[in-house]
Amino acid sequence: MFSVAKSLRAAGVLGLNERNAEYIMRLNPRRLYPRVDDKVLTKQLALSAGMAVPDLYGVIAHQAEVRNFSAMVAERDSFVVKPAQGSGGDGILVVTGRSQRKRDSFRLSSGMLISEGEIQHHLSNIVGGQYSLSGNRDKALIEYCVRFDPTFAEVSYQGVPDVRVVVYRGYPAMAMVRLPTRASDGKANLHQGAVGAGVDLGSGRTMAGVLDDLLVDEHPDTGALVADLEIPQWDFILESSARGYEVTGLGYLGVDMVIDAERGPLILEMNARPGLNIQIANCAGLTGRMQRIEEIFDAASRPAERAAIARTEFSA
Amino acid sequence: MNQRYVYILAALLTVIGSSVFFYKWQVLGFPVTEDQETAVWTVESAVHFDSGPGSIKVQLHVPSLTPGFRMLNENSVSRGYGFSLNYGSGGREAQWAIRRADGEQTIYYRISVYEDGSVDESDTTPPFPPKPVINEPLNTAVEILVDDVREHSADTTSFTTELLRRMNEASPDSNVELLLSGVSSSADFVDVVTMVLASARIPARMVHGFPLAGRQRSASLVSWLEVHDGDQWLYFNPATGEQNLPERFLIWWRGNEQLVNVAGGSNVQVDFAIQENHLDAVTIAETQAAQRGTAAVDFSLYSLPIQTQAVYSVLLMIPIGALIMVIMRNMVGIDAFGTFMPVLIALAFRETKLFWGVILFTLLVTLGLTIRFLLDRLRLLLVPRLSAVLIVVVILMLFISLTSHRMGMDSGLSIALFPMVIIAMTIERMSVVWEERGPADAIRAGLGSLVVAVAAYIFMGMQWLEHLIFTFPELLLVILALVVLSGRYTGYRLTELRRFKELSSR
Repeated sequence: MFSVAKSLRAAGVLGLNERNAEYIMRLNPRRLYPRVDDKVLTKQLALSAGMAVPDLYGVIAHQAEVRNFSAMVAERDSFVVKPAQGSGGDGILVVTGRSQRKRDSFRLSSGMLISEGEIQHHLSNIVGGQYSLSGNRDKALIEYCVRFDPTFAEVSYQGVPDVRVVVYRGYPAMAMVRLPTRASDGKANLHQGAVGAGVDLGSGRTMAGVLDDLLVDEHPDTGALVADLEIPQWDFILESSARGYEVTGLGYLGVDMVIDAERGPLILEMNARPGLNIQIANCAGLTGRMQRIEEIFDAASRPAERAAIARTEFSA
Repeated sequence: MNQRYVYILAALLTVIGSSVFFYKWQVLGFPVTEDQETAVWTVESAVHFDSGPGSIKVQLHVPSLTPGFRMLNENSVSRGYGFSLNYGSGGREAQWAIRRADGEQTIYYRISVYEDGSVDESDTTPPFPPKPVINEPLNTAVEILVDDVREHSADTTSFTTELLRRMNEASPDSNVELLLSGVSSSADFVDVVTMVLASARIPARMVHGFPLAGRQRSASLVSWLEVHDGDQWLYFNPATGEQNLPERFLIWWRGNEQLVNVAGGSNVQVDFAIQENHLDAVTIAETQAAQRGTAAVDFSLYSLPIQTQAVYSVLLMIPIGALIMVIMRNMVGIDAFGTFMPVLIALAFRETKLFWGVILFTLLVTLGLTIRFLLDRLRLLLVPRLSAVLIVVVILMLFISLTSHRMGMDSGLSIALFPMVIIAMTIERMSVVWEERGPADAIRAGLGSLVVAVAAYIFMGMQWLEHLIFTFPELLLVILALVVLSGRYTGYRLTELRRFKELSSR
C-alpha cells in the first residue's frame, strides 16, 4: 500500500486532497468562482477579452421570460439550451433542427423530437435550479450549436467532443481530448463513461486513451484508434487556454474548448476544480509539471508566450 | 506558514485537552472506565452520657492522619451544642459545648472515608524521647529488660519484635511479670510497651482504630503500636509482635489520652458503628474536586439534570462520528451522500441496532427512490418535489412501522428515529445522481454512505468511549485537533491508489 503511494508520489501524481488543499484553496479564491460557475458571466468575460465563444442567442433568467423562448429562436434552426450554473454537462439540450411539418417541434441531437412545450418545461426546471450546483435559482442560456470539426468524427459517439486544458498560473500544464461514448450518453465527462485521450502539448497530437481509469487504444463504440489524431489550430487552443488565466484570475483552471467546423476552437466553459483523470489520460502526474511552472513563472509574460513555453517544456 | 499555524493550533488543543484530562484522571481521580465503584465506609461514633447540673464540654478525638484512607466528608449531630474542630496533642479533636442540658445526652460524630493508597502519612519525624522517670523497682526491671532485648536485636524493628515477644510469653520472666502486674487492658499493655521503648530512646506511640470490614453495629477499638525507626512509622501488633497494620485499618486517634473527655457529665460511653457503601467513583471524584475548589466540578456534565445528561451523552458522540466521517472520506476516499448524513444515520442506528438499522435504511431508501422516480414523471418543480419526497418518506416510515408491528416484529417500530428530512434529501440526491451519472454511481455512493454510517455507528456505540468523552469532555479538543490536522492531509486517499494504479506501474 505504502509502496504504491510512494511510486505515485515519485511519478508526481496529484491526489484529490493535495489538489484541494494545496492548489485550489491557495490559488482559487472563492470570490472568483462566479466567473467560471456562471456561464453567462464567463461568456461576457471571455468576449471582452477577445476570446472566441459560441454566440449567445438569449438568456432566460426568470420563469416569466420562459415564454420569450420561441421569439429568441425564431430565426434559428439549431441551438443549445444549457443551465448557467450546471455541472458535468447536466441539463443541456442540443437542438439540431426543426420538424419538417411543425415549426414548433424540434429535433434533438439524439434524433428524438421534442415539442416547444417540453423545452419550456425544461427551461422552467433550469430556472428553478434543478441543475445548478447549489440548488439555487439559475439562468438558462440559449446559444450557438457547435457543428464540430470532422477530426474527431471517427472517435465520437453522438455528442460533442471537447478539448480540456489544465492551466496552472497561466501556463498550460496538461491537455486531453474528451470523446463521448454510448455509455456517456453523448456527454464528454470521463466519470460518465467518456473516453479521455491525453494530448502531447508539443505537437497537439493525441496519445493513448483512458476509459474508466483504464488505458484503452480504441473508441469502445466506433472501434477507431484514439491515438495520434492531430488537433487543428493547437497553437490557438493553447493560447486561448492560457488567456483563461487573465480572464478568471484562477491559478488552477480547467479550460474546455470545442472545435467548430467553421469558426474554429471556441471556449465552452471554464472550471475551477478540474478533475484528476487527465493524469491517467496522459500517463503523467500534474505535480511535476506544476513545480516546473513555478520555476519558470513570469508574471509579466503574455498568454502567447506562456503557451509557447508550455509547448517546449511539456512536449513528449 | 499556513501549515505551521495548523500544527501549532493542533498541538495547543491537544495539550489543553489532554492536560485537563490528565489532571481530572490522576489528581481528582475521575474514572476512565465505566462502573468503577469505590467502597465508602461511614463510621459513626455516638457519645452517650448523663448531663450534670452545670455547663458541659465534650472532647472527642477524631481521625486526622489516616494512612490508606481519604476523608469524603464528616459531620456532627448534636442538638443545641456548639461544635468546633481543634488540633490537640493526639491529633484533631471535636469539641461540643453547651451551657445547660438535661438528662441523657447523645452526640454523634460521623465520618466517611474511602480507600486511597496515595494518602501517605505526612507526619513529622519525632524527636528521640527523653528517658522516662520510672520509680523503683520498675526502673531496674525496665533497664534489665532493655539491655537484654538490645543484646538480642539489631535495629528498631527487631528490638520491638523481640520486646513484644518477651512481653507476650505465656510464662514471662520476672521482670516482665513485674511490669505487667497492673495491666488490665490492651491499651494499658501498649502503654507499658511504649514506656519500655522510650527507655531505649525509641519513639513509639499508641494508635487506636478499627479494621474496616462490612457492616458492624458496634465496633470496638483496637490499640496498635506505632514505632518510628528514624525514617518512617512502623506498625506492630502488640499481642503478637507481628509487623504491619491489619487490613483496612482506620486510625482514629493516637497517643495515650482518653478517647473522650466529658466535663460536666457522667456515665460516659462511646459506641462505634461502621457501615460500608459503594459509591460511584465519579461522585467521589466530584466531592474531592469540590473540596479542592477546582473549576473542574463546575463544568462537569454530571451536574446537569439527568435528562439533559442523557441527551449530551449522545450528542458528545457526534464529534467522534464526524472524525470517522473525515477519515472515511478524506483518507479512505469513500463516496457518500451528504456531508453528515452518515453520522445522523449512525445516530439512528443506536436505537434500531445495526442489523435492523441497515435493513430499514435500505428498505426506506429503495422504496423512496422508486416513488421518487414515479414522481419524476409528473415534472414537479424542485421545492414541491422535495416536499413530496419528504411526505412520502414519512408515509413510508409509518407504513413500515405498522406492517412490522402487525407481523409481530417490533424492531420495525424504531424506524421512526431515522432523520426523515435527511433521508428525503438523500433520496433526492441519489435519484439525481442516478439520472445524471447512472445507477452504478448512485448505488456506489449509497453503499458508501451506509459503510460510513456503519463505521461511525461502531465507534459511536463504544460504551467506554462514550463514558470517556462524557466524563472528560475536554477530550473533544483532542478530537478537534485531529480533525484540524486531517484538514491539511494532502496525501493520497486509499481509493486513489487503485484509481491511479495505471500511473504507478510506470
